[in-house]
Amino acid sequence: MTMNNDSLIRLTDVNFAYDQRPILTGINLEIPRGKVVAIMGLSGCGKTTTLRLIGGQVRASSGEVRVDSQVVNDLDSDGLYQLRRRMGMLFQFGALFTDMSVYDNVAFQMREHTDLPEELIHDMVMMKLHAVGLRGAHNLMPSELSGGMARRVALARAIALDPMLIMYDEPFAGLDPISLSIVGELIRKLNDALGISSIVVTHDVQESLKIVDYVYFVAAGKIVAEGTADEIRDSTEPFVHQFIWGEPDGPVNFHYPAMRPYAEEMLSGPGRKQVWW
Amino acid sequence: MVVNVLRRILESLGRRVTSRLWRLGFAARFLLATLLHSGTALKRFQLTIREIYFTGVLSLIIILVSGLFVGMVLGLQGYDTLQRYGSSEALGILVALSLVRELGPVVAALLFASRAGSAITAEIGLMKATEQLSAMEMMAVNPIARVVAPRFWAGVISMPLLAALFSAMGIFGGYLVGVQLIGVDEGSFWSQMQASVDFREDIMNGVIKSFVFGVIVSWIAVFEGYDADPTAEGVSGATTRTVVTSSLAILFADFILTAFMFRG
Repeated sequence: MTMNNDSLIRLTDVNFAYDQRPILTGINLEIPRGKVVAIMGLSGCGKTTTLRLIGGQVRASSGEVRVDSQVVNDLDSDGLYQLRRRMGMLFQFGALFTDMSVYDNVAFQMREHTDLPEELIHDMVMMKLHAVGLRGAHNLMPSELSGGMARRVALARAIALDPMLIMYDEPFAGLDPISLSIVGELIRKLNDALGISSIVVTHDVQESLKIVDYVYFVAAGKIVAEGTADEIRDSTEPFVHQFIWGEPDGPVNFHYPAMRPYAEEMLSGPGRKQVWW
Repeated sequence: MVVNVLRRILESLGRRVTSRLWRLGFAARFLLATLLHSGTALKRFQLTIREIYFTGVLSLIIILVSGLFVGMVLGLQGYDTLQRYGSSEALGILVALSLVRELGPVVAALLFASRAGSAITAEIGLMKATEQLSAMEMMAVNPIARVVAPRFWAGVISMPLLAALFSAMGIFGGYLVGVQLIGVDEGSFWSQMQASVDFREDIMNGVIKSFVFGVIVSWIAVFEGYDADPTAEGVSGATTRTVVTSSLAILFADFILTAFMFRG
């Protein structure tokens, strides 16, 4: 993506390691205002870590994470909390507070961060729930919701304080086809109606390509490809091609690397058991 | 060969000790953070009251019933021993002193650790495993202030009250068995108790003990929950550790406190 001064988020040469183990290396990424951008890749490739870097839950080992012209790595905890008030995040399985009703979940941030009277909070909560089609479910507890409904409540909670950015961590995981397209459509509609920016971390190719403006592909902690949905669909890059079309053969191996060749392993048998002394 | 084995044993011993020390240091810092972020729990006291209901009020049944039975057993055993020396009317003193000094705080704390401590650990651990704590952090709400501190203070406040109720029920149990069942003189049962139990020496020391146990159990419970691995095994292991560690810590602290308080 061409460098744009109006980007909401910019990661420059970001490296992140966990206990010496590199997770992300040399990440350069930009999220323009008002767009829906997807970060795709295999499970465990560092997609969620990228979101955590942007939210300041983990700090980059080197490089710069800039959100709305603030450098996240340099913020103290007060600054970070101020910044997070303007971000919404949808967790993989919703992460609703299980001891609170749907209503209280959506009202949570309003009660924590504002002194608004309860009548006003009521109206705001109902508006947010209406936007995700669940105004009628405001009295239910999270345990009474289906996976798709829980995801939508979490979405209503994420937009509670009208953030400038929403981060979606695997919003499509484990949803039936109808819920899947409802959630997909909601992501796009909310983004455009509220004038916010969205980052969708996902490995659900077909659904996300329908709704996103731009895609980054992450593999083994590096960005291996990027482009618009059409560019990605037509990509000849072997990894992207294998990923998009879900092919079993390609650069991504089926086998986890083994210490010894297959034949040797089969012929040698379990061998003599090693004892600790 | 032998040197190698020795080296390996020493290495593993050293690794265990240092990892425990790290964890202890982490737990101490966690307690400090909990105390520093207690503002919300105390300012919005209804958050703490809600937790007092879950930890304290819901523990009432087990505390009251156990207190009653411990007192009844004390009545039986105490009478059996005292009547050999012809001083069965001192049963009231024996029951009351055993309860307010020792059994009340200690047994109530052990029960509290298994009833409420384990529940706090499991709840916080599961909140962590289901990303509720991360979600809270991302909503710019500090989970230590919003989740941990109210539960910690609820435990600290509930514990002395539960221990007092345990002792009261125990004394009533001792009275039922001693006076109503066996027939010890009611007047001497109560008057000797009243004359011998000192408010500062006995009751206050018991209250101090139960307060200390409350801090220990609540600290361990919230720490284990917060530090749990976010998996099913992680939460179950943390719950077990809460009960085992707090029980041992209660008994150890009881010995230290008793040594300082009742030096004769």
